Amino acid sequence: MGSQFSDPRPLSPFTTIWRWHITMVASILHRLSGVALYGGAFVFTAWLVAAAMGQTVYGRFTALAGSVPGLVVLFGLTLALCFHLLNGVRHLVWDSGAGYEKQTAERSAWAVLVLALLLTVAIWAAAYSGLGLLNLGG
Amino acid sequence: MRTAFKIVTGLGPAHDGVGHFVRQRVTALVLLVLVPLFLFQFLASLNTGYGGVVAWLGSPFGALLTLVLVSAMIAHMRIGLRVVIEDYVSGGARRLLLLLNALTTLALWLAAVYALVKINFGG
Repeated sequence: MGSQFSDPRPLSPFTTIWRWHITMVASILHRLSGVALYGGAFVFTAWLVAAAMGQTVYGRFTALAGSVPGLVVLFGLTLALCFHLLNGVRHLVWDSGAGYEKQTAERSAWAVLVLALLLTVAIWAAAYSGLGLLNLGG
Repeated sequence: MRTAFKIVTGLGPAHDGVGHFVRQRVTALVLLVLVPLFLFQFLASLNTGYGGVVAWLGSPFGALLTLVLVSAMIAHMRIGLRVVIEDYVSGGARRLLLLLNALTTLALWLAAVYALVKINFGG
């Protein structure tokens, strides 16, 4: 089909051809973090059900969550949540018709990425400083 | 000459209009308020252990906040993954994945409701 066009430019937005730009990164990350949070919903529900099943089951859950792989997953989910939430605000602003200017969209993409990282670090700092994440099991 | 009903309603062959679009944004707004609220409560309760967590989930405020949060979250992720599936998968696999998405989110919601009911009324 493509052979009838002599124009060498790409026919469709294709990630291997397009130069990466920050609005594209934010867009892809929004979908990626959304899918990751779908998995996070299982972790959240498992936490709720574990709490309902009693102290023994809950202890098993917190032991798993407090292990190194568990903490890595939880940190990743925190980052996905912070990014998806902040970038979601960006989408809601767009829905109102504002913020579509090229420079504004690029700046807000950078802002959301940086803020998501800072917020994640802040949440984990709060969890560890005095509050003691690993005491969750009781 | 009469105009077809489906054209009047603007629903097209999917028999569904902007319902998902609107619902995705309404649940987003609810989550925008409740997720930070929940996170704040959660971080504050981290050092209270099992007893503190169950006491909070068993309080009217904690239970209702968690119920609304989990409901909005599951409604939001159900629509979200539906869009992803529709974008990347076609044919029979799409039908199967859409069905799985619907059943999984329903099961997840029921599990969360069961947990909250058990904590609050289970004795």
